[in-house]
Amino acid sequence: MVRSWHFKPRHVAETVAKFFMLLSFLIVAASLLSILWTVLSRGLPALSWEMISQTPKGGYYLGKEGGILNAIIGSLLLAGGGTLVALVISLPIALFLETYVMKTRWARYVRLTLDILWGIPSIVYGAFAFTLMLAMGLRASMLGGIIVLALLEIPIMTRAMDEVIRLMPEELSQASLAVGASKLETAIRVTVRQMLPGIVTATLLAFGRGIGDAASVLYTAGYTDRIPTSLSSPTASLPLAIYFQLGTPYPEVQQRAYASALVLTLIVLIVSLGSRLVSARLGRFINR
Amino acid sequence: MITKPHIEIRNLNTFYEHQQPALVNVNLTIPRNQVTVIMGPSGCGKTTLLKTFNRFLELTDGTRIAGEVLIDGVNIYDPDQDVTEIRKKTGLLAQRPYMLPMSIYENVAYGLRIHGIKRGRELDLAVRHYLEIAGLWDEVKDRLHAPATRLSIGQQQRVCLARGLAVEPEILLGDEPTSALDPISAAHIEARLLELKKDYTIVVVTHTLRQAKRLADYVIFMYMGEVVEAGHARQVFEDPQQERTRGYLSGQF
Repeated sequence: MVRSWHFKPRHVAETVAKFFMLLSFLIVAASLLSILWTVLSRGLPALSWEMISQTPKGGYYLGKEGGILNAIIGSLLLAGGGTLVALVISLPIALFLETYVMKTRWARYVRLTLDILWGIPSIVYGAFAFTLMLAMGLRASMLGGIIVLALLEIPIMTRAMDEVIRLMPEELSQASLAVGASKLETAIRVTVRQMLPGIVTATLLAFGRGIGDAASVLYTAGYTDRIPTSLSSPTASLPLAIYFQLGTPYPEVQQRAYASALVLTLIVLIVSLGSRLVSARLGRFINR
Repeated sequence: MITKPHIEIRNLNTFYEHQQPALVNVNLTIPRNQVTVIMGPSGCGKTTLLKTFNRFLELTDGTRIAGEVLIDGVNIYDPDQDVTEIRKKTGLLAQRPYMLPMSIYENVAYGLRIHGIKRGRELDLAVRHYLEIAGLWDEVKDRLHAPATRLSIGQQQRVCLARGLAVEPEILLGDEPTSALDPISAAHIEARLLELKKDYTIVVVTHTLRQAKRLADYVIFMYMGEVVEAGHARQVFEDPQQERTRGYLSGQF
């Protein structure tokens, strides 16, 4: 067979489209790599055992001794607590939407509300929660930070879960209903299991947003050099640690900001890989 | 005439949202411990009729149902009726088998656990018993705790059979239960259905005439949402009373 090339506008269009798709991908990949490179190249030299095992000593922000253990522990507690609270609230909403009100007008309103909440900037959540705390007589505390992060994470987590739960074939829940299971039993025993990888992904997405957010915890959790001892203690966080260190005029402190960013990135990476491993093990039984 | 009806349908009409009625004035009796086959061309309402027996039709938004379906003389659409009890009484084999996201063992044990019927050693025995009835025990006895999704589609359909039978239904509904299967698996399922009719009332929807002839003791022929003809298999196949039944049996549509 003779292969010949004919000039056809459709082929040109396809080639051009492919080129732009590749270009977009390269832009994204290059951004990711350059972010990692910046954080690694600037942060790694300043990263030390001292930095991750000590709290700031006097004059830390002027370049003296100490570390960011306060912010590491603070961030883990704030984001962990916020994600836990958000999970407890989001999963029932997502299951409710799927199980009882799937295609009704009511479900559309719930989804619209969540999408709007998703789009609200985090500083607005911070300001809102701060006003609420003032009214309730609460001061900047771990509890305040956890509540605001939960509020911030709920729309993300719920919509992400909702999208995966909607992918579940109707016949699968019918297989459960057919033996006389109720809708609630089906949701808990079948839907949650089938959607476990998706639920893990949704939780991670929300955790990532929560642990990386500076604006919402600025007024609500506050900042301190001490490790928090109770829900009512002010609590430091990594994004704010980065912000304060980067804002100093001292190059060695600015370098520590990059080291803090590296720590934050590593935490997200470890949590993400860990939960993916767990969900892969638990996901053996699901239909694909 | 049917002497011992198990299911009776009286003046049943169903409507899908914004559509024509799906079932029109259906009146039927379905005999106990026999295989009843519902046949007819695509879109004639066979599956809709079947779904009214386990109240699956109401899972589709916007459907309306008028009339009565009586199982053992009790109207299952009566507001006092517990829908989960009705579904426990009516096992279902769907067009495609869907495995619950758990092991083979747990798939069969699922209904028993839901209803709290059996536990421990009793549960093991029950799972074995129903897998044997479904003709699957020898193939899976060494990997009961493996994911059910790893089985072939034919084996999965037999897991569905075991899962349905485990909650001790009286009626077994099949919605084209062999249409997704290879011929050998399909023959396997048909053989099980013929064995099971001594203990269960079986209602099967099919669009293949040959399968209808192999399985049926009693036949319902539907067309455009109406029951055109219903009767004992030999009588309907050999001496149909209605013009449209004759047309269908001779392959006109």
